[in-house]
Amino acid sequence: MAYLEVKNVSQSFTRADGAAASVLRNVDLAVEQAEFACIVGRSGSGKTTLISLIAGLLEPDAGDILLEGKPVRGAGPERGVVFQNYSLLPWMSVLQNVYLAVDAVAAGLSTAEKRDRALHYIELVNLKEAAQKKPRELSGGMRQRVAVARSLALEPKVLLLDEPFSALDALTRGTLQEELARIWLDTRKTVVMITNDIDEAILLADAIYPLTSGPGATLGRPIRVDFPRPRERRELGRQLAVRGLRGDMLAALSKTDGKSVPVGVTL
Amino acid sequence: MKRFDASAVILPLIGVSVVLLVWTILSATVARDLPSPVKTWQESKPYILNPFFKNGEMNQGIGRFALLSLIRVAKGFLLAILIGTPIGFLLGLSTKFYQAFDPVIQVLRPISPLAWLPLGLIIFQKSEPAAVFTIALCAMWPTVINTAVGVRSISPEYLNVGRVLKLSRVKMLKKIIVPATLPYVFTGFRLSLGLAWLVIVASEMLTGAPGVGGFLWQEYNSLVYSHIILSIMSIGLIGFGLDRCMGVVERKFKSV
Repeated sequence: MAYLEVKNVSQSFTRADGAAASVLRNVDLAVEQAEFACIVGRSGSGKTTLISLIAGLLEPDAGDILLEGKPVRGAGPERGVVFQNYSLLPWMSVLQNVYLAVDAVAAGLSTAEKRDRALHYIELVNLKEAAQKKPRELSGGMRQRVAVARSLALEPKVLLLDEPFSALDALTRGTLQEELARIWLDTRKTVVMITNDIDEAILLADAIYPLTSGPGATLGRPIRVDFPRPRERRELGRQLAVRGLRGDMLAALSKTDGKSVPVGVTL
Repeated sequence: MKRFDASAVILPLIGVSVVLLVWTILSATVARDLPSPVKTWQESKPYILNPFFKNGEMNQGIGRFALLSLIRVAKGFLLAILIGTPIGFLLGLSTKFYQAFDPVIQVLRPISPLAWLPLGLIIFQKSEPAAVFTIALCAMWPTVINTAVGVRSISPEYLNVGRVLKLSRVKMLKKIIVPATLPYVFTGFRLSLGLAWLVIVASEMLTGAPGVGGFLWQEYNSLVYSHIILSIMSIGLIGFGLDRCMGVVERKFKSV
């Protein structure tokens, strides 16, 4: 049995005209402990719905979501979420935002210990200098780092990332991808990341799951990524195997629909 | 450096001059009983130049009258926001509470202070608490409604953060719902204070309490019409000042 399991999950929404619109159909996912799983799909394919279901922010119409064999009920700090739009609390400083997370899970610690733990995670994402700043004083990349620090500070069993870098410019995105790879090597968290960027998935993931286009999207068979870590972006670019992998991904993504909208390839 | 903008001074001066001119013409032609600006100034001078004298309950400098009114408004306003803010939060947070009390509020809201005051006098038997009661009842609605709207328009992103962190109800309120609603609450406070100041005149006129409104009514009865204009202008200027002050406080919270 896998660490995190999504079993035969389906989800639909009621449209404005009253008809049911199927978003996800029969989705299966099995992620092992300390595995980095990426789900790649086009925008509008139901990616955010899937991560909200795993996070417990939504309840599936059908199917089960199991963590360590136990069904997930509602949201909780053992499944830390990094949202696409950062979702920092603007009235709090960086430190206060992260402290709130520490405070939520470490009730036994003293105030000083909780503060230290918050600062530790702020340092981990290289934001020590900005600890006292408010989110509005930070760039998009820095805000997303705070969001990552906040989720890591929960010391969650699973870290869920919902297109965390999609709102950032290409250079910042590259830097943050490398930082995430480094942090993951240090912490070995179980990660489920949603992305629309195949190369981001190849750089970071152990396994990539293609999500076919909605309505009624479902996950295809996972593609293993066995390149040694730490992975070097330029090195990957030269390898023939990466091109093969990318071709497989594109084929998997365009299998069910006739449309051939290109998925982001930036390597 | 910012260049001195002459039109920012000259244009308002022109506006004031036009009003004074129309006033002069009116007082000289159709409205003979209306004191002219010059006469108003001459008869009001002692009240303005020595604003804090006191020769009796209803014969005081305009500054002292204004102070008395401001204290009364402050009491009513504080009562209004102390009652209005929690009601607003309850309306925003609980759909059941909203369904139960929204119709009542919608009916109570448009009632004039002139209608509430007699009820206040019956309940309290004294003019002072009746005036404060009336001000509070009339002034609290913008705070109630803005707070409720603020709670309802909190971004779901913030609430999701609270859900992922599994915050307790109290923490959720303290760390997320209240700070996210504050800008709306302060807009409500500003509108409530404006209403409270509007109500003060009516309540002082009816109760005869010493203050700007009470003075205005007394001078009408004693046929000193220039003092009515003095009172009206004081009410306008103070109301403007209050709004500006609350505007500054409000902007402070908006920038968050």
